[in-house]
Amino acid sequence: MTYRDAVAAGIAQEMARDDSVVFLGEDVAAAGGVFKATAGLLERFGPERVVDTPISEQAILGAAMGAAMTGLRPIAEIMFSDFFAVCWDIVANEIAKTRYMTNGQVSLPLVIRSCNGGGVRFGAQHSQSVENWAMAVPGLKVVAPSTPRDVMGLLAAAVRDPDPVLFFEHKSLYPLRGDVENGEIVEELGRALVRREGVGVSIVALAAMVPRAIEAAEELDAEGISAEVIDLRTLVPLDVSTVAESVSKTAHLVTVEENPRLCGWGAELSSIVAEELIYKLDGPIVRVTSPHVPLPAADALEDAVLPSVARIVEGVKRSLG
Amino acid sequence: MFTRRAETDSLARATLATPAAEVSKREVITPIETRLAMYRKMLEMRGFEKRAHDLFLQGLVKGTSHLGLGQEAIAAAFGQAMRSDDYTFATYRGHNHTLARGVPMAPVMAELMGRAGGLMAGKGGSMHLTSVQHGMMGSYAIVGAHLTIANGAAWSAKVRGTDQVAVCFFGDGTTNIGAFHEALNLAAIWKLPVIFVCENNLWMEYTRIDAVTPVAHPAADRACGYGLAPVLVDGNDADVMYAIATDAIARSRAGEGPSLIEALTYRQGGHSRADPGKYRPEEELASWLERDPVPAYRARLLANGVPAAELEEMARVVDAEIEQMTEIAKASPPPPAWLVERDVFADGGASWRR
Repeated sequence: MTYRDAVAAGIAQEMARDDSVVFLGEDVAAAGGVFKATAGLLERFGPERVVDTPISEQAILGAAMGAAMTGLRPIAEIMFSDFFAVCWDIVANEIAKTRYMTNGQVSLPLVIRSCNGGGVRFGAQHSQSVENWAMAVPGLKVVAPSTPRDVMGLLAAAVRDPDPVLFFEHKSLYPLRGDVENGEIVEELGRALVRREGVGVSIVALAAMVPRAIEAAEELDAEGISAEVIDLRTLVPLDVSTVAESVSKTAHLVTVEENPRLCGWGAELSSIVAEELIYKLDGPIVRVTSPHVPLPAADALEDAVLPSVARIVEGVKRSLG
Repeated sequence: MFTRRAETDSLARATLATPAAEVSKREVITPIETRLAMYRKMLEMRGFEKRAHDLFLQGLVKGTSHLGLGQEAIAAAFGQAMRSDDYTFATYRGHNHTLARGVPMAPVMAELMGRAGGLMAGKGGSMHLTSVQHGMMGSYAIVGAHLTIANGAAWSAKVRGTDQVAVCFFGDGTTNIGAFHEALNLAAIWKLPVIFVCENNLWMEYTRIDAVTPVAHPAADRACGYGLAPVLVDGNDADVMYAIATDAIARSRAGEGPSLIEALTYRQGGHSRADPGKYRPEEELASWLERDPVPAYRARLLANGVPAAELEEMARVVDAEIEQMTEIAKASPPPPAWLVERDVFADGGASWRR
């Protein structure tokens, strides 16, 4: 199954299970999504539960919020994660804070899916990695799958979760194929996965950086360096335990982040490891990130910005000294 | 006890027409029980907010608060016209709308005072009054946002087939923010059971709405852009408001979609507690004080034959309730510090790591 097909399969699994799950967004129903990731849902579940909206991101997320607070479990799509900037009020001021401000009176079981990240030459307003925006707001859960199976399993977990979840699909991964077994697929939010075992360095990555980190680990293997690759999968809740266990073994931490450098998730993870595990470390923590620039469009320039296998290899070597 | 004889009184008949456009002229008779209930609720709102102002001067109401003195008729009328399971969405100027849904005064005042006994235990404050069990789905402090959220509640009611409606109150200034347009457009194309009520009190915050708006009636004149009828009404007349509310709610419940109502009213005080409102011309304030909805409604009830003693007794009871709720709120302790890390997430806590 492709990562793209896993989106529709994951939504369908949850809509078939629970009548209160509804799905709305721009071009998601009749057109099946601009990336065709939601094709077939309208035909299967009908226009009352699979709904096209105008180009109105505030109205989309407001509708999702109001529906979630009154008994539905909406999945809303924001077509490109860059567009969160035009509806961030609903996300950060309303959805994230309402349970807290009302002293627990209001529950918001909703999922906001969005395609995130670069690699497809769409330029600075259709390619950003904004997961660290979401992570900075108390009250949101943040998920970013790297495999087709995780798209299904984490989406199911997000829909069933009683809290608002921002679900970042990586647009460069849509063609990726992976094994997904038959039957219900449900994962758990807040569990990182060791994708490749190793003993010499812990490389922690997210979404599209996971396959790159694995590729880098294989190159390092040829040079006699044994790298463990951890797929963080969710940023909130952040699975510090899995990272801590790995770093305790390898004594070296490298984070691979697609987001611009300042206040990326790796900075938080690095500070936790520095604060709690400094005596386990045998070398500096290294963050491999995009530089702190908007994303350029030209392929040569975009490739220079995003963390590459070569930069990950170089970062590991810096950590190992 | 007062009898029902005013039920058919001509003054209780509100003829609905708008200067903005020809809206269908209808006559609606407000039942006397409803009229007395509206008057009582207006007394409660007026007494509550005056007391909130006094407690602010004593340093007991903290932070900011936005009073709706002079705008009570709109909230009171909708409070009577709505079904108990309908949804209210209000702004930071939401004390009256909260009381209108039957939320008791003491926890509301305790919330303004930052006490443990507050409606949200002090975690929300004056601008975020919410009582889900009363259908008060929140007061929202970012202008425009809650119009989109009210749509969601209305959409949910439609999907669930419950016949509930959502009523969303907002100020004139909201008509110039983007969320207003997005919300009205979506409500109209989805035919949502939502009633948008613009309380046009002439002043945005410190600036006159007509100084920043190209049309005379910021909500009514824009209704046609969404295929909606323009409705402009006297928001200081509780009977007119009740009739308009009843009509709009009935149409939404019948599946006829949203309404946009512009209710003309006046904010007797400043924008917020820090604002004495000195920028308003004295004659403007004076002329609107003459149209104060609370004494005006009392005069109408008297003219309709409600005995003065009945209304005086009602006022005495409400005054006593104001004193009582003040004492309850004052007696409530400050919220405990452990509340800080409660209810960020559904597990009851604030933990973001494992």
